[in-house]
Amino acid sequence: MPATIIYKDRTSVVERAWAAKGELLLPTAELKRATGWELRSAGACQDDMCVAIPPSWAEDVTPDSTSFNLSSFARLLGQAAAGDEESGVWVFGEAAADRSKLLDSAEAPDFQLPDLDGNLHSLAEHRGKKVFLYTWASW
Amino acid sequence: LPVWQALYEKYQDRNFVIISIALDTGGPDTVREWIRPSNLAAYPKVILDMMGWDESESGRLALPTYPSLIDQTHLVAELYNLVNVPMGIWIDEVGRMVRPPEPAGASDAFRSLDRATFRMPGEAVQAARLSRSRYVAALCDWIENGAASRYALSPEEIRGQIADTTEQDALAAANFRLAIELRQKGLNSANRYFAEAIRLRPDSWSYKRQSWELEQAGKAAGPEFWSAVDALGDKPYYQPVDLRD
Repeated sequence: MPATIIYKDRTSVVERAWAAKGELLLPTAELKRATGWELRSAGACQDDMCVAIPPSWAEDVTPDSTSFNLSSFARLLGQAAAGDEESGVWVFGEAAADRSKLLDSAEAPDFQLPDLDGNLHSLAEHRGKKVFLYTWASW
Repeated sequence: LPVWQALYEKYQDRNFVIISIALDTGGPDTVREWIRPSNLAAYPKVILDMMGWDESESGRLALPTYPSLIDQTHLVAELYNLVNVPMGIWIDEVGRMVRPPEPAGASDAFRSLDRATFRMPGEAVQAARLSRSRYVAALCDWIENGAASRYALSPEEIRGQIADTTEQDALAAANFRLAIELRQKGLNSANRYFAEAIRLRPDSWSYKRQSWELEQAGKAAGPEFWSAVDALGDKPYYQPVDLRD
């Protein structure tokens, strides 16, 4: 069934995904589009960084495998995940350790968000100025 | 927000910008009237009182010309590990935090609001204004003096004041994000994942109040909210800001 995959800040719809025992599997060919990761002989890679696939998966997950268990992979990376099998919506967030590491550096995490007119603004575009970042809500 | 515009106008030529971010799943239609009220004079006085804005000072109302952004998925709360609003964060010219997320002058004075008449006792209004004006004065001091301001903190001090994101927090955020996506698809199963996010992160007022508000407009400030605030007892709703004055 089709799955809506929210992988960090990337959202995609993968037509031929399937769920088994609360885990999301998708065609390996769709992995890069959905997550940015791709399978190479060194493992799962993103740009110059590769994550070795554990030996226990090696037979099932190779560059020419047809399916990839994204839930297992997220666990391997320490990512928080939540999915609703019935509707096929899956969320794979950042790892808690990565979030904490960034905040520990005291560097302000960047973001890009729209204003009322739909124009996108980022924090980084204001580099060189002092910024008072103010969060609020109507509720 | 109209209340911050005076501060922005005062300092916008001095390399200073305000970025406001509404954590609102309801999107532009929900926040438009708050950001750009069609009638400034009708901006709810009780809100200004609760938040400690004195109209004679920085509370002078004017439509904002700084970026007012909308965060429907509460991404910024996840990035900065926030559990309530409002929060202010000071970021210097190189993108480094010099004060961690803090309630930006909001104080617990609002807790003495009369819930029947929607009025605040005079002394509570004064307490709210004092908290607000001290915070705004500190902010002005930093804008004028930069790193030399006594209110600017070092990375080490910042580090000590920001809680780590735990695995349970990250799991709560994933469930909340899932709930929002399901909600936007019009699916009732959203409620299950809102509940899970709240269960995993009971200290998050944002998770509770956003999901209440989506369930029914006004519920975020209704009886459920007040009984949750009352349940705090002596514990603060807004952690007092330590300005070392």
